[in-house]
Amino acid sequence: MRRITGAIVVTLALSMVAAVLVHAALSINGAGATFPYPVYSKWFDEYQKKNSQVQINYQSIGSGGGIKQVTEGTVDFGASDGPMNDEQLKAFQDKHGFGILHFPTVMGAVVPTYNVPGVTSALNFTPDALAGIFLGRITKWNDPAIAGPNKGVNLPAADIVVVHRSDGSGTTYCWTDYLSKVSDEWKTKVGKGTSVNWPVGLGGKGNEGVTGQIKNAPNSIGYVELIYAVSNNIPYGSVKNSSGSFIKADLASVSAAAAAVAKTMPDDFRVSITNPPGETAYPIATFTWLLIPERFSDSAKRDAIKGFVNWMLVDGQNYAEQLSYAKLPNEVIAKEKKALGKIQ
Amino acid sequence: MSPRLRWRKFVSGFMLTMTGVCALVAVSVLFFILGYLVYHGGTSISWSFFTKLPKPVGESGGGMANAIVGSAKMLLVASLLGVPIGFLGAIYLAEFSGSKVAFVVRYAADLLNGVPSIVIGIFAYGLVVLPFKHFSTLAGGFALGLMMIPITLRSTEDFLLAVPRALREAAMALGASKWKTIATVIVPAAYRGILTAVLLAFARVAGETAPLLFTALGNRFWSPGWNQPTASLPVAIFNYAVSPYEDWHRQAWAAGLVLLGLILVINIVARAVLARGIAVPRA
Amino acid sequence: MAATTTVPSASPITGSRSFLRKLREGDEIARLITFLFAVSTVLVTLLLIIELWRDSALARHKFGLQFFFTRVWDPIAEQFGALPFIYGTLVTATVSLVIAVPLGIGAAIFLAELAPARLSDSLEFFIDLLAAVPSVIYGLLGVFIVVPLMRDYAQPGLKKTLGFLPLFSGPAYGVGFLTAGIVLAIMVIPYIISVSREVLMSVPRDQREAALSLGATRWESTWKVVVPFARTGITGSIFLALARALGETMAVTMVIGNTPTISASLFSPGYSIAAVIANEFTEATGDLYLSALIELGLVLFLLTFLLNGLARLLIVITSQRGAGMANA
Repeated sequence: MRRITGAIVVTLALSMVAAVLVHAALSINGAGATFPYPVYSKWFDEYQKKNSQVQINYQSIGSGGGIKQVTEGTVDFGASDGPMNDEQLKAFQDKHGFGILHFPTVMGAVVPTYNVPGVTSALNFTPDALAGIFLGRITKWNDPAIAGPNKGVNLPAADIVVVHRSDGSGTTYCWTDYLSKVSDEWKTKVGKGTSVNWPVGLGGKGNEGVTGQIKNAPNSIGYVELIYAVSNNIPYGSVKNSSGSFIKADLASVSAAAAAVAKTMPDDFRVSITNPPGETAYPIATFTWLLIPERFSDSAKRDAIKGFVNWMLVDGQNYAEQLSYAKLPNEVIAKEKKALGKIQ
Repeated sequence: MSPRLRWRKFVSGFMLTMTGVCALVAVSVLFFILGYLVYHGGTSISWSFFTKLPKPVGESGGGMANAIVGSAKMLLVASLLGVPIGFLGAIYLAEFSGSKVAFVVRYAADLLNGVPSIVIGIFAYGLVVLPFKHFSTLAGGFALGLMMIPITLRSTEDFLLAVPRALREAAMALGASKWKTIATVIVPAAYRGILTAVLLAFARVAGETAPLLFTALGNRFWSPGWNQPTASLPVAIFNYAVSPYEDWHRQAWAAGLVLLGLILVINIVARAVLARGIAVPRA
Repeated sequence: MAATTTVPSASPITGSRSFLRKLREGDEIARLITFLFAVSTVLVTLLLIIELWRDSALARHKFGLQFFFTRVWDPIAEQFGALPFIYGTLVTATVSLVIAVPLGIGAAIFLAELAPARLSDSLEFFIDLLAAVPSVIYGLLGVFIVVPLMRDYAQPGLKKTLGFLPLFSGPAYGVGFLTAGIVLAIMVIPYIISVSREVLMSVPRDQREAALSLGATRWESTWKVVVPFARTGITGSIFLALARALGETMAVTMVIGNTPTISASLFSPGYSIAAVIANEFTEATGDLYLSALIELGLVLFLLTFLLNGLARLLIVITSQRGAGMANA
């Protein structure tokens, strides 16, 4: 018995030593938004294959988590689809003595996705309908506000099951930002943010959790990033934009949403593209950003992250479209490449 | 037989049968859980589950190799923290201490034992993650180790105290000092119980998820060294189970089977070890 | 002849003193080392309490006692109230006890009174294994088995038969208080069974025999004499189970719906203290937000601490009473 115990201890000790020695790869940690997780996980996987010395571990814990943890310094970079507000930027500055930069990576759409038995087509939603559903004012699927623009669709008289995010989310930020713009009632009652006081509904964790809930619950409706609805084969609706047309989210309509700001992009890249002008623009779209501190004490990490962003702006963009994210406008890409110089 | 007596006898038989039904229900839940896990998990377990890393979102065919290794590493750290403190602390309680100190230590251990695991996670986050500015294997292992301490401490103390006085007195009569008595006589005599205590504590923390959420975070790759975030089986099960992807669901079942299998095997081994009794030499 | 003769230091008395001194020092070292390890347990526990207290200070000072009576949980407006989470925690725990206590005590009675020793021991073995199943596995089974069952069969069924009660009104989501309560019940039954079985078995034989000799049926002797005798210990087991149910995190967050709601209906989704901490801790931007979550953790800690303490007290009282009477 003693000899066996001894052998086990020696083996464990050796493997401990091995664990420290063998993995000499540079490990970079990031955390944040679940919105772009499908494309980020693809990117970091591909980048690691091409640069085996760099391992970028990204955890999708929600945009709120990304902002918090990068401010705390427990991760090397964050990611969020709700840009950091002035207060959060100041908090980071106060804590670290230098600032943090936003780098847009892709654009995506937040779509109203639903699971209504018998309805497989894309429903048309007016801003008023969406606000009413998520405020809890509209409670049945066959309410005139929903049925009106969907003549010919057989909507049941069933209770609507609303699903929202239970964690701090940039997807929520985009959705509530849009609702605040189109509904004064929403603006005063709930407001916009990564985590709001929802009047009704169930909470799911991450875009993944919300999608999971909708898949399992009949008569449910929620908001998720486009690729989550597409890859799970759940129907999603069209939304009426500011020009009055019902637009379904796709690469063209999302790119159209960003067209207005492409040339007037502010230097810090923080901009909202919900409810934009434009005939073909999808009204609930957003950029998503990497949150990268201005200064790194570890030069190897800094160079690795800058290397990744450069790769992302060129090669990485080619992976975006097959996952239903829209590529960045060229003007934005050029501006970002210049901004990379700010990181020291 | 009076009608009243007949009624009372009927009630007696009926109620006692109901208690049997209750026991049956309780035990069948266990078998149901095991059966379901074996069925769903067994069909999903494959070689790639044990050897591959996770694939990007939506792609199938990934595995949980890094989660298995991550859990193993954290459990190692946890044992290095929990076992020495529990074991040596128990020796102090059983052999050296006065009643007042013993009371305080036991009380603290019971208190620590009752702390909800999520609160342990909060504590470990503030104590290890924030100062080191890293989610890490160490932080996760620390949280788990904290949970191992009270179990190991109390159980080991009980087993040490159960060693018969005769053994201690015989050793002292032969002129052995206290620590020598402990090292060469008492601990070997209580060896089986101590091993059981350690195994049970190990099994208990192997399945814990909540404290790992904000200490180890997660990792899509191998976690190098001990100061980086790491994947772990319980957290992987949680994340995959609430996701919408069928492939991830299958992996969650497989992971559940592996985890539960490991825990049950350790529990059974621990009880078997104990059943062979204290190693007292025959008089 | 020289006046003094030096006594060799290896004389029997001084020789054994230095030998003893060496022994004692070895003992002293051992005592010191083991003392340090033992006291580190106390230190780490104290540190935990201090940190919880300190980090929740911001929220405690801002909200005071109102924290426990406010329903609003609004991170944007920075209004935090614990009521929905306390409500959810208590409701799910209550539901779980309502299910687990009768089943658990019934099973314990069977194991302690009726089953032959070998059957009782082997069944107890399996029940102990049930207690070892981790929370996340219960969550896994909850998500894939219990929730669909509830949503497709149990909840509509309850609605049809008992739907007039506010308890069973509202849409059937599948997740919610009732589902969480059921999953919790499965998790706490083993605790009730094993502790109750032990206290029942410690009730002295003469109690039973006295009742039987007076003409009681087997059930009457059990239910009217033995169980009341062990009543305190059984209550203790219920408190232990309650403490476990309150602190459960993973299984609950996977099936409760994660919405801070207070509703009379058991079908409604809700939130528990442990679940909200698990979901929102890593992303609580803002010191007040984080402090409010830690205050929730402190509340949970105090609740479980009280319950565990009471439970242990009650169990000890029963076993002492049983031992005392057996010796009388």
